[in-house]
Amino acid sequence: MDVIILQLLNGLDKGSAYALIALGLTLIFGTLGVVNFAHGALFMLGAFCAVTLQKILSLSFETIDPTKTDFLGNPAKIKTPYIESWFGPELGSSIIDWSVPLAILFAIPIMIGVGYIMERGLIKHFYKRPHADQILVTFGLAIVIQEVIKQFYGANPIPTPAPDAFRGSFDFGTLLGFDPNVVIYPYWRLVYFFFAALIIAAVFGFLQFTTFGMVVRAGMADRETVGLLGINIDRRFTIMFGIAAAVAGLAGVMYAPINSPNYHMGMDFLVLSFVVVVVGGMGSLPGAVLAGFLLGILESFSSMNEIKQILPGIDQIIIYLVAIIILLVRPRGLMGRKGVMED
Amino acid sequence: MSNSNFTRRGLLKTSAMAGGALAAPTLFDGSVWADAHSGYLNAPTGSTVTLGFNVPQSGPYADEGADELRAYELAVEHLNGGGDGGMMSTFSSKALQGNGILGKKVEFVTGDTQTKSDAARASAKSMIEKDGAIMITGGSSSGVAVAVQGLCQEAGVIFMAGLTHSNDTTGKDKKANGFRHFFNGYMSAAALAPVLQARYGSDRTAYHLTADYTWGWTQQESIQAATEAMGWKTANNVLTPLATTDFSSYVAPVLNSGADVLVLNHYGGNMVNSLTSAVQFGLREKQVNGKNFEIVVPLYSRLMAKGAGENVKGIFGSTNWHWSLTDEGSKAFVKSFGEKYGFPPSQAAHTCYVQTMLYADAAERAGTFNPCGIVEALEGFKFDGLGNGATEYRADDHQCFKDVLVVKGKDNPTSEFDLLEIVEITPRAQVEYAVDHPMFAGGELGKCNPGA
Repeated sequence: MDVIILQLLNGLDKGSAYALIALGLTLIFGTLGVVNFAHGALFMLGAFCAVTLQKILSLSFETIDPTKTDFLGNPAKIKTPYIESWFGPELGSSIIDWSVPLAILFAIPIMIGVGYIMERGLIKHFYKRPHADQILVTFGLAIVIQEVIKQFYGANPIPTPAPDAFRGSFDFGTLLGFDPNVVIYPYWRLVYFFFAALIIAAVFGFLQFTTFGMVVRAGMADRETVGLLGINIDRRFTIMFGIAAAVAGLAGVMYAPINSPNYHMGMDFLVLSFVVVVVGGMGSLPGAVLAGFLLGILESFSSMNEIKQILPGIDQIIIYLVAIIILLVRPRGLMGRKGVMED
Repeated sequence: MSNSNFTRRGLLKTSAMAGGALAAPTLFDGSVWADAHSGYLNAPTGSTVTLGFNVPQSGPYADEGADELRAYELAVEHLNGGGDGGMMSTFSSKALQGNGILGKKVEFVTGDTQTKSDAARASAKSMIEKDGAIMITGGSSSGVAVAVQGLCQEAGVIFMAGLTHSNDTTGKDKKANGFRHFFNGYMSAAALAPVLQARYGSDRTAYHLTADYTWGWTQQESIQAATEAMGWKTANNVLTPLATTDFSSYVAPVLNSGADVLVLNHYGGNMVNSLTSAVQFGLREKQVNGKNFEIVVPLYSRLMAKGAGENVKGIFGSTNWHWSLTDEGSKAFVKSFGEKYGFPPSQAAHTCYVQTMLYADAAERAGTFNPCGIVEALEGFKFDGLGNGATEYRADDHQCFKDVLVVKGKDNPTSEFDLLEIVEITPRAQVEYAVDHPMFAGGELGKCNPGA
């Protein structure tokens, strides 16, 4: 039972990332009709916003310490972060320690800006082109973005730890009547889950309860009619592209402490996220979220030793297997709408 | 009457032919050079010789590949008489003179393995066929090493492996044209097991997470056998797909498996991510069976350990070489590399530099670039002064035998490079094995192929 609870928590955690990326993908597809293969790169850029802020906060000046030597036997250069010299060692190191949560504020304007530039600068020229062209150009863009990141940050993963306050694990089992230390779960992964839930709720709330959101939903349902009413739907959709980029970016920022960011982390999530979107139903926001969590949980359970002993290798194919079954049974996906990508 | 064909004229003719044959080396001295420098693939005809450096320049191991390339460029500089000569001054063989190889200036071409077997074979093939590379070297993966070694054997050039740690490279997939200086999974396990026993005791139960490819399989098999031989039990071995990024689903079952040691048979990004997950799940603070839970990483890479940050502190593993070694060879190499690039070399850089030196030295001693001459010169070659102490290229499988370093993540690093500390230098005798050891059986070295 403890293993099942642990895998359920793992599934919710993985599902959080899938759902956030798939939500952004669906927002872009639903509004602009663009299949954005660069969306994984936006997730990666978000993680590198956290890396960048950590590096900025850790910018240091060097002093020579004649009592120590470096690897060549020369007097050692001691690095002291500027922030520690300005605010004192204690407050300075605390600010650096909290660089990942602080990166949320840093990432939002950057990611909206990146999304806006991407849409205005490149993707808008492909609205009337076939989906294959859109896929090619956005996939190419993803490769360019990741190579730029590799050029600046290298190919190795860069450790970006969570604040000290969130290190360690929460003893979930004691809440459920288990012995201590039987069902423990990392604090930061729980934070990630709640953060994802908050962002998803915020996006839905924005679309549901604001005038802007209402217009966007109307545009998603019938773009032409909304345009005929004199509303500049294109401008709103561009803003939605920026918001979708910010959602992917925030998913990346908060993911940085879970797995050290590297330049190809976006590609690792991209294919899975597209499967999530297809399983959820192209253009369906609730479908994307539902499928994200569903596939995350299934992927976690399929990694269990008990399952792998019966079906070796199932953990590698489960997502695609479920996608095939769902598409056979429900060709439009779990919550897909009629007419989307069917013309 | 006699039926013998023996005549005085016949005797004279036979004697003349025998005398001519005996005198040939001196009579035809000028053709000896030509013979030594023809009859094999890509025999250099001009004043230069081309080496092919096949390293990951893109993909997840690109940083390790970049460090390999730095080492190769340094080696070429030293071979051509530039720089401070690096390890040439400490190398026990004094055949290299700093005037290239056999008097020919060393040039090089590079290929990108992308850490993919097919891409690595394609780039090696291109360097051999289009650029005339006489030797291929490099790589950061056993899958790539096995694939490129096979290609070089078929083509008829020498392959001096880079970073490859699978038993198979010089086990079931060994080839006459291939040579490995780097250590292997068996050696890591043989060196680590006694240290683990001394630190953690004999009554331990290990849980293995293993990368699902040739290196992971042989590493796991080796460490399981070595730890079981000292009394440990094995709770489980779970194969994890190479493409896995989030290991939480694989780490969670470890919590209540009854195991008190987690062995991560992972390398590179896999190692960084699985170790990070294990630490996040609180395994290092956990107590099982009244003992502290421990994590072991059999193969360490300093470059990769950096990605895991503080999570590596106190975790045992093994490595082929480390820049903090104080022998003369290591010091000379660290000085050359450090002054040129500003940071210390990785173990990948070290093995690649040494492989280039060993190849060049073999060619000098053999007096030819002919792969069969190189093979003959390297087989059973004993040397010292290249950073690992007394070393031998065993003739039977082309594996280097030398001391192995057991290391652990440093608790109080003094710099960004100071991540690992050497716990023990395990002597060669302790990590040596018979050539027909079951973990290495199944393949044939075959015959050297000169390619023409």
